Amino acid sequence: MERVEVLKTYKIYIGGKFPRTESGRYYSPEINGKSLGNICHSSRKDFRNAVVAARSAFGSWSGATAYNRSQVMYRIAEMLEGRKAQFVAELIQQGSSKIQAEKEVIASIDRLIYYAGWCDKYAQVFSAVNPVASSHFNFTTPEPTGVVSVVAPEDSGLLGLVSVIAPVIASGSSCIVVASENKPLCSVTFAEVLNSSDVPGGVVNILTGKRGELLKHMASHMDVNAFLYANNNKKEELEIQKEAVENLKRVVIKDFSKPYSDEHETPYYIEDFLEMKTTWHPIEKIGAKGSGY
Amino acid sequence: MAKKTIQINFDTGWDLAPAPESTDHIKINEQYNLFIGGKWVKPKSGKYFASINPATEEKLAMVAEANDKDIDSAVKAARKAYDTVWSKMPAKERGKYIYRIARLMQEKARELAVIESLDGGKPIREARDIDIPLACAHFFYYAGWADKLDYAFPNRKPKSLGVAGQITPWNFPLLMAAWKIAPALATGNTVVLKPAETTPLTALKLAEIIQESGLPDGVVNIVTGAAESGAALVNHKDVDKIAFTGSTGVGKIIQNAIAGTDKKATLELGGKAANIIFEDAPIDQAVEGIINGIFFNQGHVCCAGSRLFIQESVYDVVLRKLKDRMQALVVGNPLDKNTDIGAINSKEQLATINKYLKIGTKEGAEIYQPECSIPKKGYWCKPTLFTNVSQSNTIVQEEIFGPVLAIQSFRTVDEVIEKANNTPYGLSAGVWTDKGSKMFNLTSQLKAGIVWGNTYNKFDPTSPFGGFKESGFGREGGLHGLKAYLKF
Repeated sequence: MERVEVLKTYKIYIGGKFPRTESGRYYSPEINGKSLGNICHSSRKDFRNAVVAARSAFGSWSGATAYNRSQVMYRIAEMLEGRKAQFVAELIQQGSSKIQAEKEVIASIDRLIYYAGWCDKYAQVFSAVNPVASSHFNFTTPEPTGVVSVVAPEDSGLLGLVSVIAPVIASGSSCIVVASENKPLCSVTFAEVLNSSDVPGGVVNILTGKRGELLKHMASHMDVNAFLYANNNKKEELEIQKEAVENLKRVVIKDFSKPYSDEHETPYYIEDFLEMKTTWHPIEKIGAKGSGY
Repeated sequence: MAKKTIQINFDTGWDLAPAPESTDHIKINEQYNLFIGGKWVKPKSGKYFASINPATEEKLAMVAEANDKDIDSAVKAARKAYDTVWSKMPAKERGKYIYRIARLMQEKARELAVIESLDGGKPIREARDIDIPLACAHFFYYAGWADKLDYAFPNRKPKSLGVAGQITPWNFPLLMAAWKIAPALATGNTVVLKPAETTPLTALKLAEIIQESGLPDGVVNIVTGAAESGAALVNHKDVDKIAFTGSTGVGKIIQNAIAGTDKKATLELGGKAANIIFEDAPIDQAVEGIINGIFFNQGHVCCAGSRLFIQESVYDVVLRKLKDRMQALVVGNPLDKNTDIGAINSKEQLATINKYLKIGTKEGAEIYQPECSIPKKGYWCKPTLFTNVSQSNTIVQEEIFGPVLAIQSFRTVDEVIEKANNTPYGLSAGVWTDKGSKMFNLTSQLKAGIVWGNTYNKFDPTSPFGGFKESGFGREGGLHGLKAYLKF
C-alpha cells in the first residue's frame, strides 16, 4: 500500500509564532481549478496583534548593530538556499514552470544577499557632515522609520515578497506583510525560514488573506509609521493614501510588474523608510568667529 | 604632613589560577609551501625558514622563502586569474565568494585565534576578541560592496586596477591580511600577499580557507618571505598596485621604488600618537584608555597612544592611578586567558625596545616598571613608563613599537595641540574630556587620521583608517577604503 502523505496546515506568522488566524476563517485559492489548501483568512485583529509584535521588536532590531543585522539577513539567504527544493515545489504548485520556479528562488536568495550587504553601508551613502557657517560640528544620520505595513506583490509569491521585506528590515524597521492573496504558499514557508534564521520574532510578521479587507486598517493604524504598497491598483492606492493621513504615514508605492528587474536592487528602497536626523554640536574656538554656543 | 602612599603589589599571593587555552584542536603543518595559482608549490629558491613562538622560542613550522622567481610565478598566476576569470565575473558572484571566506573564517575562529597567539605572542584574549572577529567582519563588510560600487562613487565609473601586491606587518597578521585582501577582491582585483616573516601562519591558514571556499585559482596568492621577497613584489613590472603596512622607513623605500611607474600605492606607516588627558576627563576611564592605548598588543600598534599628555592639575592623580593599574597587569603566557601583556614579537624587536629603554634613561628620563615576574624563556618586556621627558627626547620623537609610554604635562589647550602636532607622524590621537565642545576643537585641530574621543584603539570595518603626514597615505576600511583599489 502506498504511504499516505502528511499535508501541511498553513498558518500565519506573528511575533515569531505560528498561530492560525484568530478569526478561524479560511479561504482556498485555486490554481488551474486545483485548491492550494485552506489558507488563513486573517482579520483586522490579527493585523493589530501583529502591530503590537512589530512595535515591540522594533526596539531591539533597530538597536542591533548594523553588522549583526547584516549577518542575520545573510543567514536568511543561507536558510533559503538550503530549502530551495521546497520553494521550487510550491512555486510549481502555484502555477510556475520548473525553470521559472528555480529562477525565482535563486533570484530571491541573491536579492537577500544584496540587501544584507547594505545594512552596514547605506548610512555611509546617505549621511552627511554639513559645513555650516558657524563653529558647529553638524551631521545628518539616518534612522529607521519604525513599523511598516507592507502589501506584497500579488503576482510574485516569493521574489516579490522577499523584495519588499528586505529593504524595510535592512535599516532596522519592522513590518507586517500581507502576502499575495492567490499565491500565498511561499509566504508561509518563508516565515519558517525567517523563524530559523535568527531574525527576532516580530521583526517580520506575515499574514495571509484578502488584502481588500485589511488595507483600511493597515493604512489607518496609529502605531504604524509607513506603508509600502507593491501592486498596481489605483483604487487601493487612493484608499491607502487617504487612510494614511491621520498620523502622516509615509506611503510608498512600488511597481513590481517586473520583479526581476535590477531597479529593485537599490539602496533608495532602504532610504524610503529612513528618517534623517541632524545633530548640532558646538566646537570651541575654531575659526575667526569664536565658539558656537 | 606627607601623605602615606600605598603600593599595590598583585604579584604576591594574588596570582590568578592559570587558564591556558588548549592547543589540541589546532592544526599546524610542519612545513608550508607557497600558495600560488590555487596550489601549494615548492619555492624555486629551495629555501625555508622557521616561524618561532616568541613566548617559548620553539619552532612552530618551516615556511617557504619566496625569491624573485617565485614572486614572478605568483604575479603571473594573479594576472592570469584577473584576465580570464575575476575581471569577467559578475560583481554579485564575486561578492558571494568573499562572503564564503568570511563565513569559513568565522567557523574556524578559535583555531585562527590560537595560532595567532602562538605565532605572534599576543594575548589569546586579544586574538580571540579583537583580531579574528574583526578580520572576519572585514571580509563580511567588503563582500557586500562588490556589487554596490556605483553608489560609493556617484557619477564615476569605478574599474578595478588589476594585480595588487600587498605586504602586511607582524603585529596583526590575519587582521592586516583581511584589511588588504577583502577590499581588493571586492573591487575586482587579484592579489599577491606577502605576510611578515615572523608571523606567516594565520595567512597560510587563510590560504587554506581560500582554497576551501572554491575561490578561482590565482585570485589570491600568498607567498612568504622577508624583505627581499617584499622588494621583489614591489619591483615586479606587472603589479598595478602596492598596499603596504609597516614602518615609515620601508614605506619611503617603496614610494621611491615605484616612482616613475604607473603603480598606485597605499602606505599605512608608523605613528607616535598623542593621548591627551584634560582635567575635566573621566579620570578612571581615561586611565583605562591610557593602558589600552599603549599596552594593547604589547604596544606593537602603529596607532598606539605612546605619547601621553596630562593636564598639570590632574597630573599626580592620573600618574598614581596609572601606576596602580599597571601593577594589576598580567604579563606572561599569551595563551593564558588572564594575560594582558604577551610576548614581544621577536628577538629583534625586543632588542629595538631595549635600545630605546637605554636611550630614554641616558637622556635623563625617569623610568618606571611595575614589579612583576616574567617567564624565563621567550621575549618579554615589562610595561614601562617614562616621566620627566620633553619634546626633544628620542623616546618622544621616535616610534618604539613596544609597551613604552612617554609622559608629559601641559597647561593650556593651545599648548597641548602644538605639542601633539609637533611630530612627523599623524596617524592617530586620543582626547579625554567630558566637554563636547572642547573635544571637537581638538578633533578639528589635531593633524591625525583617526582621533578617538574618550576611547582608544577602536577599530571597525566600516571606519576608515590611515594617516596624515609621514604616517602614510590612503585609507583602509569603510567606503573610503574602496578607492585605493579602483580607477575611474
